[in-house]
Amino acid sequence: MAVNESLAVSIENVGFRYPGNTDVSFSNLNLQIAKGERFGLFGPNGAGKTTLMNLMTGVLSVNEGSIKLFEQKVDGQNKAVNKLFGFVPQDLSFYQELSPAENLEFFGAWAGLNKTEIAKQTDELLHILGLEDVRDKAVGKFSGGMKRRVNLAIGVIHNPQLLFLDEPTVGVDVQTRHAIISYLRKLNENGTTLIYTSHQLSEAEDLCEHIALIDEGKIITQGNINAVLKEHSNESLEELFINLTGKAYRN
Amino acid sequence: MFKLWLSIKKDTRILLRDKVGILLMFIMPIILVVVVTSIQNSTFELVNKNKLPILICNKDTGKASVQLIAAINKIGMFKVTQISKEKEKTVADEMHDQDALLGVVIPANFSERVSAKAKNVSGKALTSFGLQADTIKKEAGGIDPLTLYYNPVLQESLRFSVQGAIQSALQLVESRQTLRTLYFSINEKPLPEKLENEMLSSQTTINMFPVSKDGVRTTPNASQHNVPAWTIFAMFFVIMSLGGSVVREKISGSFIRLKTLPTSYLVGLLSKQITYLCVTLLQAIVIFSMGIWLFPYIGLPALNLPSDIFALFIVTLVCGWCAVSYSICVGVFAETQEQANGFGAVSIVILACIGGLMVPSFAMQGLAKTLSNFSPMHWCLQAYYTLFLEGGKLKDVLNNIGSLFIITLIIQFITYLGLKRKNLI
Repeated sequence: MAVNESLAVSIENVGFRYPGNTDVSFSNLNLQIAKGERFGLFGPNGAGKTTLMNLMTGVLSVNEGSIKLFEQKVDGQNKAVNKLFGFVPQDLSFYQELSPAENLEFFGAWAGLNKTEIAKQTDELLHILGLEDVRDKAVGKFSGGMKRRVNLAIGVIHNPQLLFLDEPTVGVDVQTRHAIISYLRKLNENGTTLIYTSHQLSEAEDLCEHIALIDEGKIITQGNINAVLKEHSNESLEELFINLTGKAYRN
Repeated sequence: MFKLWLSIKKDTRILLRDKVGILLMFIMPIILVVVVTSIQNSTFELVNKNKLPILICNKDTGKASVQLIAAINKIGMFKVTQISKEKEKTVADEMHDQDALLGVVIPANFSERVSAKAKNVSGKALTSFGLQADTIKKEAGGIDPLTLYYNPVLQESLRFSVQGAIQSALQLVESRQTLRTLYFSINEKPLPEKLENEMLSSQTTINMFPVSKDGVRTTPNASQHNVPAWTIFAMFFVIMSLGGSVVREKISGSFIRLKTLPTSYLVGLLSKQITYLCVTLLQAIVIFSMGIWLFPYIGLPALNLPSDIFALFIVTLVCGWCAVSYSICVGVFAETQEQANGFGAVSIVILACIGGLMVPSFAMQGLAKTLSNFSPMHWCLQAYYTLFLEGGKLKDVLNNIGSLFIITLIIQFITYLGLKRKNLI
């Protein structure tokens, strides 16, 4: 059950295809995510998870239908809606030549924070994510786990109401994964809606309350995780995943 | 403004940590300016101050060949060395051995033929004057040609100068002989030396002055030519850092994140333009300073700044802006860093070629001359030459600045279209 009944994300009749590509990525897609949810978006490789996330964040523009975040339409030209959410892309999305503090300073400013807010948020995030000791060292020399934490810190520097996370824990050790998941739970407790994708299904099972399983641009199933598992008579998310999407390789 | 300031700060930090980029933008152009100026200065000195080494193999035993050698010496542009007449077949080897750029072989019957030609011409003249019947025998043939050997490194223009100079020496010898023969035929006594010299020496001298807009008549040196030209090249060299930086940002995840933030990417592009414009101005300051203060210490002529420093600043600013705009444009359209660097490097060399940095645009013909108008480097170079070589003022370069400005706006517009087409803004 959502913390708040009003919607964080509303996807209505969305159609999308990549320019120059005859294959339709999405057709007549509908999805609603309530405020305060921890929502997991799952599917095999090439299912359309990252495309859908790019559409929700305005990186890509829909061909048909509409996407609204907190009742505001996502549009490449409407930058006001971008203040409402944060994005932690799968790729390490920062400047490797800069330190964590310098990255946070720059991205904080672009997220609309002033000098005081940037300083406060930087200190707090570097402390929470265990990056205080390396705050002034170039990120390029960091380990994979440290880089993931920097990637996360940048995504949340402006305290967004909604946070998109595209495989935020890929390639990290157990300690870092634990730290990241704990931090995400804390954010959610403070009211941030989380939309999350991952291939770490056990981790997802632990974090998410609601899920949607997509394949070939279609939502196969969605709802409360326990209800979905019960409905399909599966004991785990992995079992559900295999049952609904098959065992064949995906490219 | 806060976002723009922090973007400039970010770009500056990244730039300062890119050691290879700094090397390419500052050290390489500095080396280029020093090397090219040194080479061109030595060529300037070779042509203007030093004498061209010339070997003469005189196979003739008469007086005319001696007069010819004396006349060649008198021209002043040659350092004459005579070699043994048995060595005609090895003049080329001698040229290699003695580092001579030129070699002349005077044929064995030179004096005899000059004398015969003189008699023939003077006979015709006397007949024409009605002083003597046409009893002169027809000349059996002309004078055997002199042979001129040259080192292929000599440019065509210099070779023609050499040929013209030797031709004038030859003409002097022939004219003297004709004059003497004619005088003797009429007066039956030799031509007095004083009169001969008066008749043969040129009465009109040529004074040469460089034409400048400010009336100063200083001869431009190699530094005045090269430093401004290669400063332009250096400014366009920012493409090696900036083009790559735009591509790197575009293909890395950071661009995706920037797109999701409530700030237009145009702020990022403006920041890059301001940061790299400062870099281009710094490049110009460093290279000009080097020309003024360092060149005299390494044996090169010092660079003299134009009298209108404000005009110099404006030209440098617009040129820098054009270089930065071009770099960003290439970065926007390139898919990979390799593409940006490869295309960037080759394209600026082409722009430099058609822009007149390597071959003067006044020497270009037809299509090449038309094409040069499309190179921003051409307009910048013309503006710099007007300021550095002709002593021009701001009003004299407004036309060049205007053209450069229009090219820059066109590049900016193309960049905007590229960003739109690629859904980057």
